[in-house]
Amino acid sequence: MASDAHKTTGEKLVYMANQIATFFHSQPQEHAADSVADHINQFWEPRMRQQLFAILEQEDNGLDPLVIQAAHHIRRPGPIPA
Amino acid sequence: MSLVHEVDYGTPASRSEKMVSLTIDGVEVTVPEGTSIMRASMEAGISVPKLCATDMVDAFGSCRLCLVEIEGRNGTPASCTTPAMDGLVVHTQTSRLKDIRKGVMELYISDHPLDCLTCAANGDCELQDMAGAVGLRDVRYGYEGDNHVFAKADGVANDRWLPKDESNPYFTYDPAKCIVCSRCVRACEEVQGTFALTIEGRGFGSRVASGAHESFIESECVSCGACVQACPTATLTEKSVIAIGQPEHSKVTTCAYCGVGCSFKAEMRGEELVRMVPYKDGKANRGHSCVKGRFAYGYSTHKDRILNPMIREKVTDPWREVTWDEAYKHVASEFRRLQYQYGRNSVGGITSSRCTNEETFLVQKLVRAGFGNNNVDTCARVCHSPTGYGLKQTFGTSAGTQDFDSVEHTDVVVVIGANPTDGHPVFASRLKKRLRKGAKLIVIDPRRIDLVRTPHVQASHHLALRPGTNVAVLTSLAHVVVTEGLFDEAFIRERCDWDEFQDWASFVSSPEHSPEATEELSGVPAEELRKAARLFATGGNGAIYYGLGVTEHSQGSTTVMAIANLAMATGNIGRKGVGVNPLRGQNNVQGSCDMGSFPHELPGYRHIADDSTREIFDRLWGVKLQDEPGLRIPNMLDAAVDGTFKGIYIQGEDILQSDPDTRHVAAGLAAMECVVVHDLFLNETANYAHVFLPGSTFLEKDGTFTNAERRINRVRKVMSPLNGAADWEVTQNLAKAMGLNWNYTHPSEIMAEIALTTPSFAGVTYDLLDKEGSVQWPCNEKAPLGTPIMHIDGFARGKGKFIRTEYVATDERTGPRFPLLLTTGRILSQYNVGAQTRRTDNVVWHEEDRLEIHPHDAENRGIKTGDWVRVTSRAGETTLRALITDRVSPGVVYTTFHHPSTQANVITTDFSDWATNCPEYKVTAVQVGASNGPSDWQVQYDEQARLSRRIAVLDAAE
Repeated sequence: MASDAHKTTGEKLVYMANQIATFFHSQPQEHAADSVADHINQFWEPRMRQQLFAILEQEDNGLDPLVIQAAHHIRRPGPIPA
Repeated sequence: MSLVHEVDYGTPASRSEKMVSLTIDGVEVTVPEGTSIMRASMEAGISVPKLCATDMVDAFGSCRLCLVEIEGRNGTPASCTTPAMDGLVVHTQTSRLKDIRKGVMELYISDHPLDCLTCAANGDCELQDMAGAVGLRDVRYGYEGDNHVFAKADGVANDRWLPKDESNPYFTYDPAKCIVCSRCVRACEEVQGTFALTIEGRGFGSRVASGAHESFIESECVSCGACVQACPTATLTEKSVIAIGQPEHSKVTTCAYCGVGCSFKAEMRGEELVRMVPYKDGKANRGHSCVKGRFAYGYSTHKDRILNPMIREKVTDPWREVTWDEAYKHVASEFRRLQYQYGRNSVGGITSSRCTNEETFLVQKLVRAGFGNNNVDTCARVCHSPTGYGLKQTFGTSAGTQDFDSVEHTDVVVVIGANPTDGHPVFASRLKKRLRKGAKLIVIDPRRIDLVRTPHVQASHHLALRPGTNVAVLTSLAHVVVTEGLFDEAFIRERCDWDEFQDWASFVSSPEHSPEATEELSGVPAEELRKAARLFATGGNGAIYYGLGVTEHSQGSTTVMAIANLAMATGNIGRKGVGVNPLRGQNNVQGSCDMGSFPHELPGYRHIADDSTREIFDRLWGVKLQDEPGLRIPNMLDAAVDGTFKGIYIQGEDILQSDPDTRHVAAGLAAMECVVVHDLFLNETANYAHVFLPGSTFLEKDGTFTNAERRINRVRKVMSPLNGAADWEVTQNLAKAMGLNWNYTHPSEIMAEIALTTPSFAGVTYDLLDKEGSVQWPCNEKAPLGTPIMHIDGFARGKGKFIRTEYVATDERTGPRFPLLLTTGRILSQYNVGAQTRRTDNVVWHEEDRLEIHPHDAENRGIKTGDWVRVTSRAGETTLRALITDRVSPGVVYTTFHHPSTQANVITTDFSDWATNCPEYKVTAVQVGASNGPSDWQVQYDEQARLSRRIAVLDAAE
C-alpha cells in the first residue's frame, strides 16, 4: 500500500491547509489570514482542526506561514456532546 | 388510468408576438403571425388530415393530405406550409378536398402491406387513422404492380424489397412499411442534429437510409429514438412494443440518468413498462430524449437486482438473506454500539444524487437528527462541490443561472470542460439547434469533443488547453476583455462592487496574465485566445456552459470563480440567453445539494453554524443539532483509516468505483465495522459492506428530482417496488429502528417539511407540481411559479463579487517517470460507473473503456489500436486497451470510467480542490506502456469481488 502518493491524514491536512493559504495569498492581503481561518472553521470537522492544532505545535510542521498566522482565528473544537 | 394524451399541432409554434385572425370552417381563430393554417386549425379543434407533418419538426409539405381551400385563392394549398394571415377564410373539408385526399390515400395504401391485425403499430398507426379519416374504402390500383411490400413477385426476387433492419437493440426499421414521409429524417436533423438518416433514390425508388446505406447500428445513428417517435407507421418501432403490444396507460415522470432531467411518459400495460416516450411539455427536454432515458431502463428488472436484505459479520463471509425487520434492527444496534464505543461522531452517511429530493432529505435528517452529528455528504463532493462554493462566493447562490430554453436566445456559447453530446445529449441537441441557426461556439477542452466539428456545426475557436490550466486560460480571457476595454462598465457599476472590480481588473491586466504569457503553460495560441475573448465579449448574448472538466481540479473552485468573473465583466448575467450554467452529472446532483447533503450546510445552503437556521430544525425535529461541520467523504475515509470513523450508511452511491484513489477508499471501507450499502445491485462498494439493503428504481416510487436548471420535476411511481419498499420507506424504517418517531405516509409530506423549513422551497407542493408540470427554485411568495432566470435585478448576495483568480499549477506534474497527462470523461451510451447502463443493451455501443492516445505517443511506445496497455501513475496501475486517435493532443491520454474492470480510479490520485476537496480526476500524470493483460491488482480485485458477492443458499430442509 505504501507509495509516495499515499499520504497520512496529517500530511494531507498540511497539504490542504497550504492549498487554502495559497489561494488567499493571491487575495487582498489585509484579510488573508482571517479568510484562511474562516475557511477552515466553515469546512473542517472538529477532529481535523484538532489534528491541525497538534501539527501547529510541532516544529518544522511544513505549514504555510499564512496558516500559522491564521491559527489563532481558527476555532478550538469544544467537547463532543455524548 | 389512461394514456397521457398529447395534441400534435402538426407544425411548431410561432414565436411572433403579432397576432392574426382568420376563419377556418366558420370558426374565428387568432394565432401568432407565422403559424401554419394546420396549426391554427388544430388550435380551433379542427384536425386536418396529415401524414408528413408533426409539430416536433418544420413543415415539409410532401404528403398532400392536409390540403385546404382558401376563398379567393386558386388551388388547394397544403395547410402545413401555408401561413395563417389576417382575414383568410379557410375550408378544410370540401368535396374537392375529399376526392384528392382519398386519391392520395389510395396511392399510399397500394404500396403498403395490409397486415394491420398483426402489425406492431396496430392501435397507434397514423396511416390507419388517416385511411379512416378520409373514408378510404377501396384501392383501385390493386397490389399487383411495383411495390416495396413483397420479397418476391411471381416467384422472382423483388429488387425493391428490403429486409427488416434489426441491428439496433431497441428498435427495428421495416422498409416495407415506409411511406417516405421524411419525418424520421427531419427528426434526426432538426431535433437530434445528427443527420444520420437520409432519403436515398428518387421517385418511387426513394426510401429511408441510415448512414451511407448502412445498417442502423453501423451508421452514425446515436439511437436517441427521435425517428421512432416521429414515425407515423410501424416502419420504425420499439422492439418492446413489438414484444409486448400497445400500452394502455401512462404517467409523466422524470429520467433518472443525467442532470438534464428529461420528462418522459412511462407507457405501461399493467405494471409492465412498454416504453418511455419523451414528453413534449417537459420543459427541460421539449419532447426529445437520448439513448439512455429513452431505452436503457432494462436494469430495473435485471436479474442482478438484489431484492432481499442481507447481512454478514465479516466482508469475507458470504451474504445471508434476512428479513427487513432483522436488517433494520441489526443496523440500529450496530450504529448505537459504534457510537457508544467510539463516540457520537464515529458514524455517518452518504446521500445519493440518484435518489429523490425527499429521500436525500431523509438521509441527511437521519444523520443529523438520528446519529446526532453532521457527517453527511453526497457524491456532489466529487463532481460539482466547487460550483457550489464558487457561485456562492461570487453570485450568492450555489446554482446555475438559467433555464435550458435560454440557449435559444444565446449568440455566443462557451463550452468549458464539458462534452454535452455524450454527457448531456438532450441539452446538446438543443444547443446544436441554436448553433445551426447561427450562434457562435467557443470550446475550451483538452480533447476535440464532437461539438468542435459535427454536421452543420463548427466551433469558431477550440482552445485545446493542457489539462490543469483552466485558470490560466480563463484569466487570460479576462485579461483581453479588460485590457482591450471590452467589459460592460454600465452593468458592472450597477450590479457589482466597483472597487472589487477595479482590484480584479488590475489583477487580470498585469502582463503575466496576457495570452502571450500563458501560452507557454497552457499550450493555447495567444492569438486564438484573443479572438475567442473578443467574440465572447462583443458577440451579443454570451452564455457559459461547463462541466466536470472545470470542477474536478485542484483549482476547481477558482475556475468556477473565473467563469463567474468573466460573465459579470461582460454583463452576461440576469436575462435570457446569457448566464453561467453548470451541466450537472447526475439526475439529482442539484437536488441533493439543495437538500442539505453537505456536512456544513442545512437544506437551502445555510451554514450549520447559523443559530437561527439550526433553531428551525431543532424545534421541528425535537433535537439539538451540533453546530460544527461534519466530515466530507474523503475526510471520512481518512478518519476511518485513522480509526475514528467506524460506520457508514451509503444510499445509492458507489464510492469504491467512483471515488479517486481506489486503494485508499478500499482501505477506509475495510477499516470500518459497519458499512451499510443501500442500492439496486451489489455494487463495488458492497464488496466491503456488512449490510445490504435493496433499493428501488425511479419507476417504483414517488418523489422529485431537481435538474441542472434548478427545475423540480415529479417522479411518479408506475410499478410496485420489486424489493418491497421505496428508498424513502427504507430510510424511515431505519430511523424508526433507531428510535426516531417518523411517520411519513407519502413523499409529498416530506416535501411539505422541506417547504416549511427551506425558504427557497417555501412555495413547492405536489399540487403545484401537478398543476404546473415543474417549477424552478426559488419558489416562494416572491416567485410563486418559480424562477427560470436568476439575478435579474440584482445578485442573490446583493452586489456581484469579483475575485482574483491566480493560476497555481497542480502538484500532479508530468516528469520523466510519468510523462503523459491522463484525463477522464463519459461516453453517450454509458452512464457514470455504469451500474445501470452496463445492465442494458447499451453495451453494444461500448463494451469496455479504452485509452485514447495520440498517434505520436502511441508510435513512440509501439502501441497499436486494440493493444493492451498498462497505465501507471504515482497511485497505482491498471490495464486497458488502446484507441489511437488525434482527438487528444500529444502528451494527453483519455479514458472513460464506466466499467469496474478498468479500475480507472486506481490510478487517480488524492489531490483535490483547495476549497472543497473535490478530487482532481481530470489530471493524472501517467506512463503508458505495452502490457500482456490485466494487472495483478485487477486480477486480485476481480477475485475478491467474486468472493464477496457470494450469497449463502438456504438449507432446503428449512
